[in-house]
Amino acid sequence: MKIHEYQAKEILSQYGIPVTMEVLCYTVDEVQTATEQLGFPVVIKAQVLTGGRGKAGGVKLVRNADEATTAAEKILGMDIKGYTVEKVLVAQGVSFVSEIYAGITIDRNTKSAVFMVSREGGVEIEEVAKDNPEAILKFSVDPDLGIAPFFARKIAFALFDDLKLVNQAVDLFQKLYKVFIDNDASLVEINPLVITSDGKLLALDGKMTFDDNALFRQPVIHALNEPSEDEIKEIDAKEKGLTYIRLDGSIGCMVNGAGLAMATMDMIKLYGGEPANFLDIGGSSNPQKVIDAMNLILSDKGVKVVMINIFGGITRCDDVAKGLMAALEQIKIKVPIVIRLSGTNAKEGLEILKSANLPTVETMSEAAQKAISLSEDFLR
Amino acid sequence: MSILVNKNTRLLVQGITGRDGSFHTQKMIDYGTKVVGGVSPGKKGQLVSGVPVFNTVADAVKETGANTSIVFVPAAFAADAVLEAAEAGIELVIAISEGVPTLDMVRITPYITKRGTKLIGANCPGLISPDEALVGILPGSIFKKGNIGLMSRSGTLTYEMVYQLTSNGLGQSTCVGIGGDPVAGLYFQELLQMFDDDPETDAIVLLGEIGGDAEERAAQYIIDHIKKPVVSFIAGQTAPPGKRMGHAGAIISSGTGTAAEKIAAFENAGVQVARQPSDIPELLKKLLKM
Repeated sequence: MKIHEYQAKEILSQYGIPVTMEVLCYTVDEVQTATEQLGFPVVIKAQVLTGGRGKAGGVKLVRNADEATTAAEKILGMDIKGYTVEKVLVAQGVSFVSEIYAGITIDRNTKSAVFMVSREGGVEIEEVAKDNPEAILKFSVDPDLGIAPFFARKIAFALFDDLKLVNQAVDLFQKLYKVFIDNDASLVEINPLVITSDGKLLALDGKMTFDDNALFRQPVIHALNEPSEDEIKEIDAKEKGLTYIRLDGSIGCMVNGAGLAMATMDMIKLYGGEPANFLDIGGSSNPQKVIDAMNLILSDKGVKVVMINIFGGITRCDDVAKGLMAALEQIKIKVPIVIRLSGTNAKEGLEILKSANLPTVETMSEAAQKAISLSEDFLR
Repeated sequence: MSILVNKNTRLLVQGITGRDGSFHTQKMIDYGTKVVGGVSPGKKGQLVSGVPVFNTVADAVKETGANTSIVFVPAAFAADAVLEAAEAGIELVIAISEGVPTLDMVRITPYITKRGTKLIGANCPGLISPDEALVGILPGSIFKKGNIGLMSRSGTLTYEMVYQLTSNGLGQSTCVGIGGDPVAGLYFQELLQMFDDDPETDAIVLLGEIGGDAEERAAQYIIDHIKKPVVSFIAGQTAPPGKRMGHAGAIISSGTGTAAEKIAAFENAGVQVARQPSDIPELLKKLLKM
């Protein structure tokens, strides 16, 4: 789960990490009031749950009221990668001497949290990782020790020689780790963390994402969730036991299991089609689930054909077929369907579907090819 | 032979009285797995499918001599269940539970490492050595004893693959579902080594997917250490960036973890990567000169 910059900085601030003076605004008028309060210059920053806002023109430094109005009018309502900007953060302009990167994430390989710092802050860390990977210093954190003072010093001395800065950084790094652990984050990032002209460390930006698996024990974080339209659909699906992700193609997919669902999409692409969605219905032959899944797929008007790919494991294919029959009796479907059943009792399952004149195939590749040709017929 | 589980496996089921725990206990017994006991706090003295239930893992180990355990408890309690098994001296723990917080896995890793406990999962379907032991939720009927070792980040894709192997006369030594979470127990490198050392395994199938760089690391490990032929399929070639594809670990973040990178790494390591799962049996037959 992602949160906005302003929310991330509120959390940093609650943990005692210094952040810029700033005001969240929804209208041009509010921006004007904020600038009166903060004084010029200020930076107006789009608050959207996606990256790349700088490149999209969603961040502007302004020096007077006219510039502020122009920038606010332009940014509010702007579209950034499909997200409409509904609010901006107006932050006091700060003069600084250098920009640092500090972040914590999970390292899958060491199975631990990893603290990352770089003197090359202020640019996308992914770009630094690509162009100049040795500029990023990584420190694996022993979960039993956490960020002990010596460990924080080790990180800080890798960045600074000035003891005043080291001491500030030691305190800040320990707090940042506490933010990470307390809130079940999967990423906390300050980029840039600046050294101001008067020698203070200050967080100019903040980014946080959280572990979806841990939201059940993080009610405060969970309450910050602002799902997009597509994500609302995904959450609704989840409540029905379905994992759904909308894509742009024309072939709707219904599959049991995440890996098989991904492989099904790959097969469609391999044979020249485009999947309309990722949909994992889990391991069940419950007709209601099939009905819910079908309604979800068909709610996407771009779907020209539905491809059902089921591998019967513990669930038997004849049970799945009965579930499908029950579901298809209840909903009217205008687009063609291709069903592939394989695994335990596949023969019996296919017999049931054939007797109902439903087109069935035995392999995944056949199903993909058939779905593509049907979608092309449909378009004609 | 086989790896990790066999006829000597004495299995304990943690969460045996729950819906999934009791259902799969029966399935595992039907397959021939030696299920020696179950654990469910406060349910001591009950029987599930004829298997005695204990309050703690320590009691169960003492009474039954269990050496392996499988965890079906809800995600919020799964990490604690793994710790309990490790403390009681269980050698191999398989965590089926889905949705375990990542930091829970991070927290338990040092302790289980110290205890020498091997963990598979969480969020995994378990493993099977055909005709010897099934420890997990895999459908036993599709497997056949043979010389192919298989490891996979996905459940149903494993079943799909195994079904095609078996239909093509290719049996399996052991099939391991390592799970779809970002931080998990045994991973590709450890399993590659075990299969390489197993005299009954002649070739290895590795089913990867998008997210992380475990496949890239496995590719390097294959170059450095593995003598047996390895073939692979990578799921998620069409997955959009930034979206979790069902599994918590299956996500392309900041442009890394893509299928293209993983396929390139394997091809560089001499691993043949199938364009579709159904190509794998042919690749194996050629490599094994069948």
